[in-house]
Amino acid sequence: MFCEKSLKLIKEFDRSQEAMPPFDDDGVRQVFEEMRGLYDQNVAAANDTTADPDGTAISSIAIRHAALERNKRCLMAYVFNRIRKVRNMRWQFGSILPPEIKANLCEPEIQWFNNYSKCLARYMKSIGGQGLNLAQDVKPPKSLYVEVRSLIDYGKFELDNGEVVLLKKHSTHLMSRAQCEPLIIQGILEQISH
Amino acid sequence: MEDTFGEEDFLNEDEPVAAHEVLQTLEDAWLNEKFCPDLLPSQDMYVEAMMEQIQQMEDNLTKLKKTDFRVEVHHMELARIRYIITSYLRTRLEKIEQNTAFILEQESTRGPENAYMSEGELNFAREFLALQENHHKQLVLKHVPPPFQDFMSTQQSLVPNLRSHVFLRAKKDVNGVVIEGDRDTRDEEVDLEENSQHIMQYKPIANLVQDGSVQLI
Repeated sequence: MFCEKSLKLIKEFDRSQEAMPPFDDDGVRQVFEEMRGLYDQNVAAANDTTADPDGTAISSIAIRHAALERNKRCLMAYVFNRIRKVRNMRWQFGSILPPEIKANLCEPEIQWFNNYSKCLARYMKSIGGQGLNLAQDVKPPKSLYVEVRSLIDYGKFELDNGEVVLLKKHSTHLMSRAQCEPLIIQGILEQISH
Repeated sequence: MEDTFGEEDFLNEDEPVAAHEVLQTLEDAWLNEKFCPDLLPSQDMYVEAMMEQIQQMEDNLTKLKKTDFRVEVHHMELARIRYIITSYLRTRLEKIEQNTAFILEQESTRGPENAYMSEGELNFAREFLALQENHHKQLVLKHVPPPFQDFMSTQQSLVPNLRSHVFLRAKKDVNGVVIEGDRDTRDEEVDLEENSQHIMQYKPIANLVQDGSVQLI
């Protein structure tokens, strides 16, 4: 059956439990091969004008062409949806990717991520003349201060007002939400009250 | 939100009324943008005005004593306003990323004076499209047979679904909204009464959202 491999590519990506499944080089290459084969057959059939007394050739060309279109579509969807995931990570982790994620990306995807970061930074700088970090204030504020617990030995952390707090593992603090939001996203702090 | 905002007036005596209106406009725009399948005209003038206000209020707050009760209230209020602004801009960015080619094409038919995107957004959209094209070319398009190497044709299939349903409230009486019928039903006309709430497809009321006759909820 045509297009089975490209469909498998998407299905596996969709079903994967991993945060970022590795780029399936092999699967993609197989689809390319199938496409090349189909295309060559079509070119040969189209050039062969002697055959086709009963019009069967034209319909097989049409079917192969549809299969080619579908394969391309699936490949694009695969690449596009991976990029969507990478994009969400930019918002989650900031401009530096965790190494275990990075290991599963292919080279062009890492490039894409870096370029996207730049693009986004340029846009955020342009907002309102003075710039605005859109990665902040992600959740509607319920209260100004939240109780947080430190998950790791982070060390000293300086607050906006100049005070320094020591973030030791398992220690709990009452901090202003705006300040600890980035730390919560990075997994350094854990919110224990709302 | 309004009740605490009223107190802020003393912080910006020059234009207390304007600040309130700006916030209200932004809130409406934010909700509309959030529930609308398509990109709406940018309210970047208001965003800018509000950001200046925030800056001003923050400056004023540093002058107050730390133990003053009002400081807490105002910080909270500022956090809320900031959330509205960032959420609004994030929602727009998301739409731009999702339907880049479609939105850019629509924008090119509009001309600069009634553009939907702010300058920053437009630049971002262009850069983003180039980025996507380059990436897909590298990974897919340059490896497939020549007739299938076109990028735009695939991109154009990503368009917002204007027929998706939205919740809305009429801000004033609107008569004769035409709802297109499909094969089995005929076109129908409905009147929207002020303050009545409805669920309907986005398409027939698209222009009503833009001229402010209805509010998406």
